[in-house]
Amino acid sequence: MESFTRVSSVAAVLAMPNVDTDRIVPAKFLHNPRSAGYGQFLFHDLRRDAQGNERPDFVLNQAPYRNARILIADANFGCGSSREGAVWALYGFGIRTVIASSFGDIFFENSFKNGLLPVALPEAGLLRLRAAVATDPLANLEVDLEQQTVSAPGGEVFRFEVDAFKRTSLLLGLDDIGVTLQHLGEIESFERHRKQHTPWL
Amino acid sequence: MSPPPPRTLFQKIWQRHVVSQDPSGRALLYVDRHLLHDGSFHAFEAIRAAGRIVRRPDLCYATPDHYVPTVAAMRAAPGEKHRTKIDTLIRNTGQHGIVHFGVDDPRQGIVHVVGPEQGITLPGALLVCGDSHTSTHGAMGALAFGIGATEVAHVLATQTLWQKLPRQMRVRVDGRLPAGVSAKDLSLALIARIGTAGASGHAIEYAGEGIRTLPMESRLTLCNMSIEAGARCGIVAPDDITLSYLHGRPYAPQGALWDRAVADWRTLHSDEEAPFDTEWTLDAATIEPMVTWGTSPQYAAPIGGFVPDPAKADSSTRRTSMEESLAYMGLLPGTPMNSIAIDRVFIGSCTNSRLDDLRAAAQVLRGRRVRVPSFVSPGSGLIRQAAEAEGLHRVFLDAGVEWREAGCSMCVGMNGDLGDPGQRVASTSNRNFQGRQGDQVRTHLLSPAMAAAAAVTGTLTDFRKLP
Repeated sequence: MESFTRVSSVAAVLAMPNVDTDRIVPAKFLHNPRSAGYGQFLFHDLRRDAQGNERPDFVLNQAPYRNARILIADANFGCGSSREGAVWALYGFGIRTVIASSFGDIFFENSFKNGLLPVALPEAGLLRLRAAVATDPLANLEVDLEQQTVSAPGGEVFRFEVDAFKRTSLLLGLDDIGVTLQHLGEIESFERHRKQHTPWL
Repeated sequence: MSPPPPRTLFQKIWQRHVVSQDPSGRALLYVDRHLLHDGSFHAFEAIRAAGRIVRRPDLCYATPDHYVPTVAAMRAAPGEKHRTKIDTLIRNTGQHGIVHFGVDDPRQGIVHVVGPEQGITLPGALLVCGDSHTSTHGAMGALAFGIGATEVAHVLATQTLWQKLPRQMRVRVDGRLPAGVSAKDLSLALIARIGTAGASGHAIEYAGEGIRTLPMESRLTLCNMSIEAGARCGIVAPDDITLSYLHGRPYAPQGALWDRAVADWRTLHSDEEAPFDTEWTLDAATIEPMVTWGTSPQYAAPIGGFVPDPAKADSSTRRTSMEESLAYMGLLPGTPMNSIAIDRVFIGSCTNSRLDDLRAAAQVLRGRRVRVPSFVSPGSGLIRQAAEAEGLHRVFLDAGVEWREAGCSMCVGMNGDLGDPGQRVASTSNRNFQGRQGDQVRTHLLSPAMAAAAAVTGTLTDFRKLP
């Protein structure tokens, strides 16, 4: 997994609540292997019309935001299905961090395992951040995981909370399986205990 | 020594599965049951690429469901895309020595139907699967939740998972559900009330008389929908209903081991003073058959109600979201729910494809004819057999309803079962998201009896009022 330290970029704004993972990547694309590049499928039905042409009014089809690495969303971003393709699509498109007031639980977990930082800001903070971006939509934002801050164009700095372990894993780009297998002794000892106490499992 | 602090059912099962605890508060949990399906190929691929092995293939169970055709002729000769997925699961399970209920096996079906049906899902067990509707299995008193592909690979390689204890929510249902009101209605009513993110970060325990009196299959429906309220996990304490459902199932313990397991399962309930972070109470008597009108499961109304007016929303964000929903759905505020004409009907999915669901639909369809294209996809091959043994398939066929094979089918359409653009579908599935059942397809979620009534009249209809 690629590590994440800080990202500086224009921010694309998608101010819709409850953006579900079916919208982030429709199920019809999930048969593709990850190596196919999920970025092309991102927000497919929002980005393209029935003929497959880009909709010019969709933010990620507009010039500066095609290269946006920061997405500012709304509440409950990534609710619904557990498909990790939703994270792969954002990442494949170039998005490295999504800022929202809340996230779907499974999407949130999946993000950290793929180098994408989900930043949860309180609703009031998110609204102020979006207002700052609206006054200077071409300015760069900076999201810094080490400092746990989002720096808005007008100069306001928003601090965000992140689980200590998740933060470290993302900063170092750690592979979870490798870390877990260091606990192999404990796992084996648990298995012996389990066999004795709950043999029906 | 002071007595141990009171704990919730969820916390009790959680603590039994802690292999290791790290200073940040995360626990390494042991996974008792890992369910796999034909969409799990990403994780097998990740394992292969990393050169890792499946640590406990004996705790893994697989069946194809997402990509499986439900039309018999197509099942015999699926298209390239679908066949590849089905064959890949055969190869992966064969290579790693994992139990696999294949397309030709009557035990094949939707993974969340098969687990409980086979007795693979057990009270007190920790069960995961790479699918968000894994919350279904909590109905058996298991701690069950959906995970993404990277976590599936992690469980394959280690049989464990790092998790943080979620907040605890209790949903208490006072009184019994009235006749004609189902677990699906209860669930939609709950989600309409607390919102689709209402239980985010929580595990839900369903409790109270309305739950204790609910048959097993209804509990499975209710827990299935927990994720639509934002909760990864829903759970019901095991009781006599759970035990009688489970007894004698192929993978459930037998004989002396059964007795020993039951003695343990009897201890699985929340303590009297267990601390819940959030509590909701619903009065069962007030719940009516529900139908969704928008593109989020929280946008639901009683069948006797009306499409709401976004202008009356309590926030501008909600108003915009409602307006977008109604534009997609092609509905106007104030429209009576029972006047909305539909184009087709789907009865199936991990939410509503069990025998009781098919019986409820058949009861409405008996002696009637449908007006719109409709089909039933049972949750497993065994349910299909059981339904045929009691003649339900005759009722469906006589009514003009197609009787298909088991799979996820039109809930997510990955097998090709999709609506045509602009079509309005009455569906017993779990998600009415934009594009979920096909490009520009409009989904109305409802119960099996309500879906059957919609099929008969061609309009969303209160089945209790059918002539």
